[in-house]
Amino acid sequence: MTAIDAGAIGVAGEAPARVAKYRTCRFTGLRIEAQAEALIKVNAVAAVVFLAIGGLFGLLVALTRWQAVHLLGAEWFYLVLTAHGANVLLFWIIFFEIAVLYFASAVLLGARLAAPRMAWLGFVLMVAGALMANYAVLEGNSSVMFTSYPPMMASPWFYLSLILFAVGALVGVAVFFGTLMVARQEKTYDGSIPLVTFGALTAAIIAVFTIASGAIILIPTLLWSLGFVSNIDSLMYKLVWWGMGHSSQQINVSAHVAIWYAIGAMVLGARPLSEKVSRMAFLMYILFLQLASAHHLLAEPGLSSQWKIVNTSYMMYLAVMGSMIHGLTVPGAIEAAQRRNGFTRGAFEWLRKAPWCNPAFSGMFLSLVMFGFIGGISGVVLGTEQLNVLMHNTLYVPGHFHGTVVAGTTLAFMAMTYLVVPLIFQRDILWPRMATWQPVLFGIGAGGISMFMMGAGTLGVARRHWDTTFTDAPHAFEHAPGAFLMLGLNGIFAVIAAIGGIMFVVNVVASILVGPKLGGAQTRPLTFPLHQQAAEAASTYGSHATVKLPGTIILVGLFFSAFVLYYFVNWKYLSELWLFR
Amino acid sequence: MAISPPPKRIWWNEPVHGVEIGWIAVTVLWGLFMFFFMIAWHFIGQQNLSTETYRVQPHAYQARVEAFAERFKVGEENGTPVVRPPAGEDVYILARLWEWWPILELKRGQSYRIHLSSVDWQHGFSLQPTNINISVHPGYEHVITLTPTETGQFGIICNEFCGIGHHRMTGRIRVTE
Repeated sequence: MTAIDAGAIGVAGEAPARVAKYRTCRFTGLRIEAQAEALIKVNAVAAVVFLAIGGLFGLLVALTRWQAVHLLGAEWFYLVLTAHGANVLLFWIIFFEIAVLYFASAVLLGARLAAPRMAWLGFVLMVAGALMANYAVLEGNSSVMFTSYPPMMASPWFYLSLILFAVGALVGVAVFFGTLMVARQEKTYDGSIPLVTFGALTAAIIAVFTIASGAIILIPTLLWSLGFVSNIDSLMYKLVWWGMGHSSQQINVSAHVAIWYAIGAMVLGARPLSEKVSRMAFLMYILFLQLASAHHLLAEPGLSSQWKIVNTSYMMYLAVMGSMIHGLTVPGAIEAAQRRNGFTRGAFEWLRKAPWCNPAFSGMFLSLVMFGFIGGISGVVLGTEQLNVLMHNTLYVPGHFHGTVVAGTTLAFMAMTYLVVPLIFQRDILWPRMATWQPVLFGIGAGGISMFMMGAGTLGVARRHWDTTFTDAPHAFEHAPGAFLMLGLNGIFAVIAAIGGIMFVVNVVASILVGPKLGGAQTRPLTFPLHQQAAEAASTYGSHATVKLPGTIILVGLFFSAFVLYYFVNWKYLSELWLFR
Repeated sequence: MAISPPPKRIWWNEPVHGVEIGWIAVTVLWGLFMFFFMIAWHFIGQQNLSTETYRVQPHAYQARVEAFAERFKVGEENGTPVVRPPAGEDVYILARLWEWWPILELKRGQSYRIHLSSVDWQHGFSLQPTNINISVHPGYEHVITLTPTETGQFGIICNEFCGIGHHRMTGRIRVTE
């Protein structure tokens, strides 16, 4: 009758206006839609580009902190440090996460991507934001660090660029939600969404909270930098800003835990020990991880101890419990799978004979171990109300989050890339031997950076500080010699990590551009899971033949002992401090 | 597998592995312990950061610090006054681009009410090598009752980035018997 009516008929069950094009993956049998594939590709490529830029800045920072090298002047140091934070912590990670979201929804569920035009718009906004931020920082008037605490002011372009980037990311998250709805309505899968998709959903829900916090604080700050708002309260800014700043790291945790499960499944055929337990652990993230803004406010005036204790502990450590559960179920699932594959001797044959030459596996396992032992334990200690005073704003803080974001998230994302290149780009890795060594080298570098920065911080070295010798200061002060040793070692391990990073970028970019095309007659076929010899003999979960997990129990016991020991060592340090109340 | 829907549609009724139940119990108990230990330290510990805070106009705070320094001044060092307040007195420290002002002389084992605020940007009070680190905001006056337990010369450095002179921002506290 009318145009409105015509629209109504369309809803009632006619084919959608846009016809989605699919291909079937010859290795996995997954149905992959063309738009989803293209968007995964561009987001992953953008991610790697910003990793290369940001990583280079990071190397310059570490070489300046190394007192014997002291590469950059003060102005450049603060500028480069700001650029390092934005490029790796925001752009590399969030571009990759958008790719992960599209992979976990469209690819794993075999669905078409909802609203691909919107997804492209989101991508364009993110690229524009990222380029604008680099322009604002490199121009020199926005060396305000990643946190940009007022009353220190950056140029309006800086705040605007972050807002643009965040809006683009929010569009990507919305497309992810839409794709889940499409998959459900078009019945492309049976039952519940896979665990990996559930983990990605967790990341996406936290991302909405994160981006909302960012908007609430960055929009007024932009207006302030333009002169429309007279004052931004410094404490209020910090509280809301960290609703974005710390929660965005919880997106990373959810995303890289999902990737741990995904790699375990794709490489070894690992099944979650229990869907219920693993999903409950993700649910704890959704419910409690957002309280982490308090981690940055424990040494501030004006907030009550009650508020600090409840928030910093993620409500009685329920979100920490989530991470500790994944710390058991991820290696547990791998051990169970390996035992099904026939590696049953002793407590650790499953681990010794794991496919260490596969960079996806080695990267994933190193990420798991270092995230737990380095990033996780130090995070809980740093986030304890009273202990925080020992380390607040010292180099311990970057030490901690390089343990989580570099050794944890970045390494997991690198590992995943080695599967994305053959599956999505349909190219073989050009230099497999280089790929084998890359996660190990990068992992050693990242682990070293984290440990030695934490060491220097324990000795009192400030973060974001150009001159640890205080040469030009009116009242001279000298750090303990150990601090300079730590900073030197930090520099050396940064070089190792940089070599690992360059190997990754060069190998991945070369493979995408000129790597052997997969699927031709001359290339060997991949069968997923890559290492699963005797899977048919396996029992399903819950039967009488349920596998025992001695190796995992030993690993987890080791982790817990280290945790408890380190926790109490720090209380000992605290009790020796001057008295204050 | 973790990348495909759970094989059993009613996955939430599947039994849970004993190892998992045991570990969940350990993590819950450890979490509760860590939570209540923070509360307990407020009663058994000697190191708890005060939450006593007042709103203050930066120029008014500066005037009070200057009056305090004038009253108890005993000398000067590199142009910064050295101030020796009597035990139990209110003591003022001013953070500004780029110095901690003035230099304090305190007595070991005596308690002082230390006032901390900034007149311009955010700063980070970092007492070294003791390693006590507290954030300092403009417009907020934070009062901490501090008791030095060792003698000697201590540096205050800034560990909140505050612009190009950040790494030159230092101050001093001397503690005598």
